[in-house]
Amino acid sequence: MIRVFLPSQLDDYTSGQRELSVELASGSSLADVIAALEERYKGLAFRVVDEHGRIRRHIAMFVGEVMVRDLSVPVAPNDRVQIVGALSGG
Amino acid sequence: MSKLRLLVGTRKGAWTISTDSERSKWQIEGPMHLGAVVSHYVADPRIPGVQMMSVGSGHLGPSVFVSKDFGSSWSEATTPPAFSVEPNGVERSVDHVFWLTPGHVSEPDTWYAGTSPQGLFKSVDGGDTWQEVLGFNHHPDFFEWRGGDKDGTPDGPKLHSVIVDHSDKEHLLLGMSGGGIFESFDAGATWSALNSGVAMDFYPPKEDGSEYEFGHDPHCLIMHPQDANRLYHQNHCGLYALDRSTGKRWTRIGDNMPKEVGDIGFPIVAHPRDPNTIWVFPMDGSGQWPRTSPAGRPAVYCSRDGGASFIRQAKGFPEQQAWWTVKRQSMAVDGMDSLGVYLGTSNGQLWGSVDAGENWQPIAMDLPQIFSIEVEVSP
Repeated sequence: MIRVFLPSQLDDYTSGQRELSVELASGSSLADVIAALEERYKGLAFRVVDEHGRIRRHIAMFVGEVMVRDLSVPVAPNDRVQIVGALSGG
Repeated sequence: MSKLRLLVGTRKGAWTISTDSERSKWQIEGPMHLGAVVSHYVADPRIPGVQMMSVGSGHLGPSVFVSKDFGSSWSEATTPPAFSVEPNGVERSVDHVFWLTPGHVSEPDTWYAGTSPQGLFKSVDGGDTWQEVLGFNHHPDFFEWRGGDKDGTPDGPKLHSVIVDHSDKEHLLLGMSGGGIFESFDAGATWSALNSGVAMDFYPPKEDGSEYEFGHDPHCLIMHPQDANRLYHQNHCGLYALDRSTGKRWTRIGDNMPKEVGDIGFPIVAHPRDPNTIWVFPMDGSGQWPRTSPAGRPAVYCSRDGGASFIRQAKGFPEQQAWWTVKRQSMAVDGMDSLGVYLGTSNGQLWGSVDAGENWQPIAMDLPQIFSIEVEVSP
């Protein structure tokens, strides 16, 4: 089970839930995590990943403590995935 | 008496402002999508109650929301505007939906959207799913038209002023900031430039003395709702009119503005029943281009003769030290017999005149930065 933590910017999609869990087969990637979230919360994926599969500029994603910019990064059972709205704006 | 509401899109969400039959009292309601960047919030003149809103964010990707109950509830597009891979291999990504236009009255489920970076999109199901207008987005000359991504506003290049000719649903026009004005007579399959006569003083003059065909920076383009031949546009390089019944070249009617004010600005609106009457809100386009009211003295300028002359309309506005900007979607008219004219400012003020610009009253003073104002008239 992969634990996923969402930023407040996305909680309209999840009825306020910001801590979720996703079951994925071994060998899965961060892209599979996003796809699983999209399956459950229609529209969420496009807000954090663009039309060419790139993580949006002001979104950060962490697998464990490592910030990643590529959805092909593998995820393993018990990994912690955190999506963050970057500190920007005004 | 029809019900009149102003739909206000801001940098921090959207509001509606209702009024009574005298337009003397105004009721602010909202916010909707608080915290989201709402570049455009539009009522559908074809179907009472239908509204559409572009919703962006400092963090999240762009989306479009639709309401069918006057804004009481909203549904998100299941397929928002998004670019495919360009024929040249470039993978552009929509940053925000900047402009929304209802389609022709005979096609009540059709909408158009202009984006940043620049792209044209179409929905034929009331805004639920959006497709690229490939005749435009994948036009072989597209990247020449628009220049680079630097050739736009400080907030990115904008495709705006998407117009569906009321007399010909196949005839589309749009403005590219930057890129110029383009039109299609076959519903978007093919396109041609419409910039003859327009200055482009941010490029060097051509050595052979000819004009640039494209690359211009129109800020706001309008077609008169009763006379499709009558076009006006506010450009980065002046204020222009084109009467297609008499010619094909734009005329710089801004030359008839007071020289100390100039003819630079963002918005332009027309009287819905008189193609000769227009209003603009000039800004300071000199020196560092502060884009504020010239000399800190906000004023609307009105022409009642197609741009041959202009009168200053500022009664009610601060007389000094008011450094507003009015963005290109932030000026509107309401169509009432005594015409209402409205403008929203960069510092969150919404002003209205119910006598065609003669006298101005504050309607809302403490909204976030206003990006768009549209009028909704419902039974």
